Amino acid sequence: MTTPLLELRHVTVRHGAFAAVDDVSLAVPRGGALGIVGESGAGKSTLARVAAGLVAPAGGATLLDGGELAPIRRTRAQRRRIQMVFQNPDSSLNPRHTVRRILAEGMLLHGTLGPRPARADVDARCRELLRMVGLDGDMLDRLPRAFSGGQRQRIALARALAVRPDVLVADEPTSALDVSVQREVLDLLAARRRDQGLALLLITHDLGVAAALCDDVAVMRAGRIVARGPARTLLADPPAGYARELVDAARAVAL
Amino acid sequence: MNAAARVPRTLVAGLALLAAIALAVIVIPMVSPYDPVAEDVSSMLRPPSAAHPFGTDQLGRDLLTRVAAAGRVDLALMVGVEAAPFVIGTLAGLVAGYRGGWADRAITLLSDALIAFPFYLLVAVVAFVTGTGVKGIFLTFLIMGWIIFARTVKGATASLAGEEWVESARVMGFSDASILLRQMLPNVLSQAVTVLASDMVALLVAIVTLGYLGLGIAPPTPDWGTMIADGQSFLATRWWVSTLPGCAVVLVGVALALIGDGLNDGRRA
Repeated sequence: MTTPLLELRHVTVRHGAFAAVDDVSLAVPRGGALGIVGESGAGKSTLARVAAGLVAPAGGATLLDGGELAPIRRTRAQRRRIQMVFQNPDSSLNPRHTVRRILAEGMLLHGTLGPRPARADVDARCRELLRMVGLDGDMLDRLPRAFSGGQRQRIALARALAVRPDVLVADEPTSALDVSVQREVLDLLAARRRDQGLALLLITHDLGVAAALCDDVAVMRAGRIVARGPARTLLADPPAGYARELVDAARAVAL
Repeated sequence: MNAAARVPRTLVAGLALLAAIALAVIVIPMVSPYDPVAEDVSSMLRPPSAAHPFGTDQLGRDLLTRVAAAGRVDLALMVGVEAAPFVIGTLAGLVAGYRGGWADRAITLLSDALIAFPFYLLVAVVAFVTGTGVKGIFLTFLIMGWIIFARTVKGATASLAGEEWVESARVMGFSDASILLRQMLPNVLSQAVTVLASDMVALLVAIVTLGYLGLGIAPPTPDWGTMIADGQSFLATRWWVSTLPGCAVVLVGVALALIGDGLNDGRRA
């Protein structure tokens, strides 16, 4: 069996006596996509933050290519390989930084464009990134407030992709967006997977989003994974219990 | 809408007034025919005239030249004394607001302990130890002045620390120092500068009050506080000796208040 690209082993996160995440293990292969679904408060976002190195778990480990990562104090090189996009497009971009700075600073930190790239090269790459996420390349000098929620979310995605990560942790990347914009962001993620071999850990409460984007789905409830399997089978024929309730509820809403 | 259209008029007015005052206190002593400290017993307590637009004081010194020269001393002291507490308090507030935990508790405890001292009592104690003059004012403000910046910036930083763009910067691999100085500082600086403007008014009042009480700048160096004190015995008959230095203090206060208000309005817009 090959080593998974990203692996969480027996991760537990406690807030006092309450276990937000309770002994969860999961793995994402290179270029694979795993969806974590479940209701609000199930511990999905906390799990995403553990993977991204924002939350230190009380127990368990995060592994990248089989090597254990420090919970928080990760090296710069390790940081580059796991990027994250967040749920709220209103707070995901620094309000005082231009789009150019938002996109360029990660690349400059990690030397993505070489040790001392010319300004023209940085600008060209920023424009290319904007176009890749479906935005106009001429918007580099604007501040985040000049953009809609969907546009900001795409800029946040471009920022994460700018440093060429191996894994993208996406925490409800479409839940704050209009349905038409949701589709565009999902297509974008699917394209990055296909073209770049990007592995995806997708957190969502929307089963349709998980089905559209992921190979495998894990259902989380009260901090534990209660069902997991290939997305198509799990969502078409969920096992009895919570997973079935969740799928039935989603179908009822869709009707 | 372009950036210039959003600059509040109060801010422009405040900056213009402060610039005019700064220009006056720099230029007037350079072009004035009078020495601000040279006494002239033949022209004591003259009312305002063409030769002496602000009149003269009890030692026959030209009051316009003295008000401007005192402005140089007091405004330079105001800026010089405020700089270190501003930088120290802002940095301490950034760290405490971002880190929380022990850094937050340490700064809160220290500022609570210091704020319990009445300010002018502390000034008197420090003046007793260091002697009167600039050193005592500087030391007192270093001890007390950083607190208001630390508290303001701490609150502003803590409210931003959970923002997703801050978490993004951590995921991207930026160091804490870089996140604080390059990401968060630009977002909290305008609040610190607003406080700076109002704190400078308080500092100027303190400098003038200390001069008035004889705890501040020592004569014969001109200072608005000592000038106001010198003139008070002839206030009823020779109003200009106290009133004109007092007006200078008020003008600076108005300029700084306008700047503070303007910055506040700009942030809310």
